[in-house]
Amino acid sequence: MRRLFTLFGALWLLAVASPAAARLNLFACEPEWAALAAELGGERVTLYSATTARQDPHHIQARPSLIAQVRRADLVICSGAELEVGWLPLLLRQAGSPKVLPGRPGHFEASAFVERLEIPQQLDRAMGDLHASGNPHVHLDPRRLAQIATALTQRLAALDPNHADHYHQRQHDFGQRWQQALSRWEQRAAPLRGVRAVVHHKDWVYLFDWLGMVEAGTLEPKPGLPTSVGHLAALRRELAREPAQMILHTAYQNGRAAQRLAQMNGSTVVELPYTVGGSERAGDLFALFDETIERLLAARQ
Amino acid sequence: MFKGTAVTIALSLALLGGNLAQAASEFNPQISLILDGRYTHYNNESDYELPGFMLGGEAGRGEKGFALGHNELVLSANIDDLYYGKMTTVLADHDGATEVELEEAYIETLGLGSGASIRAGRFFSGIGYLNGQHPHSWDFADAPLIYRGLFGEALRDDGVQLSWVAPSHLYLKLGAELTRGAQFPAGGAANDGAGATAAFLKLGGDVGASHSWQLGLSHWSARIEGRRSAGHSHDGGATAIPAFSGESAISGIDAVWKWAPNGNAGTRNLKLQAEYFVRDEEGTVVMDDGSVAPESSRYDGRQSGWYAQTVYQFMPRWRVGLRYDQLGSDNNVPDPVVRAESGLDDEGQHPRRTTLMLDYSRSEYSRIRLQYAQDESYADNDNALTLQYTMSLGSHGAHRF
Ligand SMILES: [Zn+2]
Repeated sequence: MRRLFTLFGALWLLAVASPAAARLNLFACEPEWAALAAELGGERVTLYSATTARQDPHHIQARPSLIAQVRRADLVICSGAELEVGWLPLLLRQAGSPKVLPGRPGHFEASAFVERLEIPQQLDRAMGDLHASGNPHVHLDPRRLAQIATALTQRLAALDPNHADHYHQRQHDFGQRWQQALSRWEQRAAPLRGVRAVVHHKDWVYLFDWLGMVEAGTLEPKPGLPTSVGHLAALRRELAREPAQMILHTAYQNGRAAQRLAQMNGSTVVELPYTVGGSERAGDLFALFDETIERLLAARQ
Repeated sequence: MFKGTAVTIALSLALLGGNLAQAASEFNPQISLILDGRYTHYNNESDYELPGFMLGGEAGRGEKGFALGHNELVLSANIDDLYYGKMTTVLADHDGATEVELEEAYIETLGLGSGASIRAGRFFSGIGYLNGQHPHSWDFADAPLIYRGLFGEALRDDGVQLSWVAPSHLYLKLGAELTRGAQFPAGGAANDGAGATAAFLKLGGDVGASHSWQLGLSHWSARIEGRRSAGHSHDGGATAIPAFSGESAISGIDAVWKWAPNGNAGTRNLKLQAEYFVRDEEGTVVMDDGSVAPESSRYDGRQSGWYAQTVYQFMPRWRVGLRYDQLGSDNNVPDPVVRAESGLDDEGQHPRRTTLMLDYSRSEYSRIRLQYAQDESYADNDNALTLQYTMSLGSHGAHRF
């Protein structure tokens, strides 16, 4: 009996008194942040991604499994800039876990660490589902992603100070590989400069900002609204004056509207992975950009 | 000097303009306005009843013809880093005068730690699945019959709620409520204004990427002192108001299953939902007709009911739904006059209803709905047709499960 008590006591001490042995529980709102956290955290972190590349991060339901995961999390990593405004606040309120609330160390909004584009001057629902703090799809510019990696490393080190060196070491390694990849991508993507593309939703603003591509129109008549026949016709007339080479959509969007427009004006439809897991090859952040650039180049020819 | 000032003003205005857009969305508090209106057609002229149930609260079939539904103004915000607050006011017409009703007004802790939260004020009880949802997020234009019969529409009261979410992979939430017990289906604010208690358990999770579920168990009980219900007279004479005093307890089970291909509900998704409630009551019913010696009777009864519904979004913006409701009761009221006039006589009926709906949502902020119900919930069977709009203005609605 006494031995049993000693055993339980030892187990309890192991669980409670030595947080050093415990790994950080990370809740990533989107797969790109799970992938980044995996690069920086390695075996020190346990990851949960709230969404997959097949799901629209604007429209997620605050379902029971997500509440349970937020409750368990030490750090919540999201895009911010209102991308998750329809579900994250509800999850945070329901989970009853103060450490991951906005403003606390356990809450990380990636878009807060980079310069955001498309901050609207005026808000009106008639203009669609606007993001008031600017376009939140920041991860598609690898230069901005590098800035976010630095900020996230600092956050991980602050939350797990006993292993700060581990995170800095991994960031150093990641940063070097990322810089090499960045110059490779920029060289490879040079022919994409100035290429005009129609997009489904304004998911690609930061990618275009990086590659110098030009947005020729959106399939959504207003952000968040589905395509309509009238809007497609208007878009076609516009494109007749100033053509676009390709029409981009993500794995989470229905490609039918893009196909319909392509049939009308002969441009090429490109499904891009958009995030990690969005195509068979895009298994990590490096592969995501490799794949994105290769698919764009293929469509240009 | 003047030029400098002008530049400064212009500059600060420009800055203000730039911040304005941001300020509007992060505006404290968040405001949203729900607009709900409808046109209803049915033939029945008699008073509404659900045989076997003493009706109260907002129970009814709604007005014929053009009418407003739940028009609500909702204000909510994080008050500071510890509290969240929300208030919902409903504007409704009663006999030609516009009345403001305080539907919800509560504060909630944002993180006591360890998964615990406390809510205090007036709030919808955590029991059942549909109970906590506002009418504008219902999948049909009206409440299930069992909600109408037991809660008058929904159970809400003034008091405190304590809840706890377990740190497990499986979602597990426990909740307990202690409330005033003044509102239907309680009454009289017994026990010094703490006359009702509730407890609930919720379990939930995912099955693969495409399926998610939630299961709930609920219990509510109250000591009731003089709960008044709508009376009804069969002979057209003066209506006596039934008033119940005694013990009341409700137990319930609810289940929800949702499907969306790869968890992406944008194009197609399916929702299955069912709830069952049973109420046991024991006490006395007094038929208050204004006289000194009103008729009264002992009453020992049980009412129960369930509904099951499914809603399918078959293409973006469009959904169809089917709902079936059924109620039953077994009430022992020895006095035949009280039995007949209190509504506790089931008249040999099993109230039931089949409802079909089709709705169109231009965006997540607007919805137009057409609903057809074959209503056999009381003696005069009826067909009801409803055309309804529900729109929301202002801050972003949350995508709750
Ligand atoms: Zn967006």
